[in-house]
Amino acid sequence: MAEEDGALAAFRDELRSWLEANCPADMRDGRNDEASICWGGKNWNFASEAQRTWLQRCVSKGYTVPTWPVEYGGAGLSRDQEKVFHQEMRRLNARYPLQSFGIWMLGPALLHFGTHEQKLHYLPPIARGEIRWCQGYSEPGAGSDLANVQSRAEDKGDHWLVNGQKIWTSYADQADWIFALLRTDREAPKHKGISFILLDMTSPGVTTRPIKLISGASPFCETFFDNVEVPREQVVGEVNRGWDVAKYLLTHEREMISAAGGTMGSGRALGAVLADSGSTDTVLRADAMRAEVDGLAVALTLERYKDQAEAGQGAGDASAMLKYMGTELNKRNLELVMAAGGSDALIWEDGRAPNWLRTKANSIEGGTSEVMLSIISKRVLGLSG
Amino acid sequence: MAKLVRTEEEVMLADAARGFLDQAAPVVHLRGLRDAGQTQDRALWSEMAAMGWAGVLIPEEAGGSDMGHAAACALAGEMGKTLVTSPFLSTAVIAATALRQVSDARAVQALARIASGEVTYALAIDEGAKFAPEATQMQTRADGNGFRLNGEKRFVVDGANADRLLVLARTDAGLTLFDLPADRDGITREGQAMIDSRDAARIEFSDVAATGEDVLGQVDDAMSVLAPALRAGQAALAAEMAGLAAGAFGMTVEYLKERKQFGVPIGAFQALQHRAAHLWCECEVTASAILNAGRMLDEDPENAALAVSLAKARATDTAQRAVQEGVQMHGGIGMTDAFDMGFYMKRARVGAEWLGDYGYHANIVAQARGF
Repeated sequence: MAEEDGALAAFRDELRSWLEANCPADMRDGRNDEASICWGGKNWNFASEAQRTWLQRCVSKGYTVPTWPVEYGGAGLSRDQEKVFHQEMRRLNARYPLQSFGIWMLGPALLHFGTHEQKLHYLPPIARGEIRWCQGYSEPGAGSDLANVQSRAEDKGDHWLVNGQKIWTSYADQADWIFALLRTDREAPKHKGISFILLDMTSPGVTTRPIKLISGASPFCETFFDNVEVPREQVVGEVNRGWDVAKYLLTHEREMISAAGGTMGSGRALGAVLADSGSTDTVLRADAMRAEVDGLAVALTLERYKDQAEAGQGAGDASAMLKYMGTELNKRNLELVMAAGGSDALIWEDGRAPNWLRTKANSIEGGTSEVMLSIISKRVLGLSG
Repeated sequence: MAKLVRTEEEVMLADAARGFLDQAAPVVHLRGLRDAGQTQDRALWSEMAAMGWAGVLIPEEAGGSDMGHAAACALAGEMGKTLVTSPFLSTAVIAATALRQVSDARAVQALARIASGEVTYALAIDEGAKFAPEATQMQTRADGNGFRLNGEKRFVVDGANADRLLVLARTDAGLTLFDLPADRDGITREGQAMIDSRDAARIEFSDVAATGEDVLGQVDDAMSVLAPALRAGQAALAAEMAGLAAGAFGMTVEYLKERKQFGVPIGAFQALQHRAAHLWCECEVTASAILNAGRMLDEDPENAALAVSLAKARATDTAQRAVQEGVQMHGGIGMTDAFDMGFYMKRARVGAEWLGDYGYHANIVAQARGF
């Protein structure tokens, strides 16, 4: 690598000493599985004292949301500094102190569409891990055809009256608030009558019910709204223009889901997984090598698109490509992990099977692979019909 | 830190190259050479040299433009789009990089002659049907203060037309790289009729005399000179193949919009839309690997092997997918010689083999990643 400029090198030195002095030993195992993630929220039970300490220390530096502005709880890092941040975190094998839909999805949407008051009100509690958010997008009749939402918010003067049903609301049973797409104009064309509304999950009339999945876990819920009253000012962006916010947020969601595949490249290499298994299967080895080649290239593409976005050359439809390639790759990788594990991996307690099954949702949630390909063929390639 | 985004200079270089090549060397140029039974256009190479392309990796004191490997990859990518035939890879990338590892006056002179377009090179390395430099068997025997070379090289790309040859041969305690004039006594060259209509030769060495002066680098230590040259060539070839994929893909998307069947453009059929969209994704992912390889060669060449092999493996795979989809989506016309897609398909196959195929490079990636 070329010499870093002085300021960036100084930032790296300072960050490295801070991380070494402040990251608890138990948080240096690089784990990122369901059992070790800190999601935060009012009802959060810290898995350990180390998890709590690590979160508090990172919050004090803005490192839970390193690129957000300082006034909203971030550290205000530039793209170059952010790269250094991730490199130094990886160097120490540090766990990320906090993960949430607030950080990945609502935050970027609020930073783009929210008023200054909304940003000051909602962003710092996300950064501090105090409020946990869930996403109310899909409905029984609105999957790939997401704009077909039927749940509605009626204008009652000083408040909205919300009725309807959402499905696939991830972790709704543990969330404090929900950001939802609700129909506010039933006469308008379907994309033009939707608003993006924030709701407190403790409001009277909100109920949730977990859905048990093939993995045995229940990360998704059904959420019901029965005459829920919502203060007027809890709309993000303009009334009836919620689709713009939704689309913007979806690009962040897709990047988040694709990152799961992209990080396979920089995470545990398939070669190590194979070596552990003791497998001498040359066919499996060849498949894993192909997946490794593709995984590294997808990870580089994630980096390239971030660099392009920073250079002002962002391609708006890049997220569809990354989502499609990243999730298909992730599914492929977990198939290989299962094959390497043989019959050991078939026992629930082993832990690989739930991860493998979970990846099958990657190419469905946040827009299916087929929807991504249609977006690309229409918007990038200009193929119509 | 290296950005995975082209610099303004690289964008300008690629744009200028595209502008020139669209006029001077569209695919019909290659077709014309083939129909005339020729495998090179020396006048075209002189024009490229005049624009600084031959010296893209050559220091300014030797008359080069010294723009670096990312720039060389940008040029190779543009050449790939219209299947431009030139000694760029053999001479300006591989030979120039090898010569640059040697700092004597003779090497500087040789670099100057490359930069001016005066001299072209070919790399004589393969002996079997697969790329395996370490397995080189070509023998030398001591002869006074010098050597005698005996053996045969195959798939010497640009070998029938080149002025000079870089020849890899086995010496007492290792491999040695010789830099010989192609017309030295005992060298017999036979151009092969290749599927991509380009120059590749079978070359016989019959008691060819070589002295210490003809050795590039040190005796028994070819790899310290050759390895960087191979990496540079593999990266630029990968860039050419990514360009080839983009060229074939561009033609295919245009055809999907023009060609009507059942009363609608065939691009309206989802079966084709999704395959085209997938191919675009593959091209985008490969472009990242190419950009990364160029940056690594420029900034951290000692550790560039993984990046280069990743680029060559991905580009090989993507180019082959692009040409196969290209022919299939064009239907019957894609199978005709009168249409250009066949040229893309044949070049993709040759590019896949040259300097190591998919498996060769995937193995390097895998070893570097703990397999």
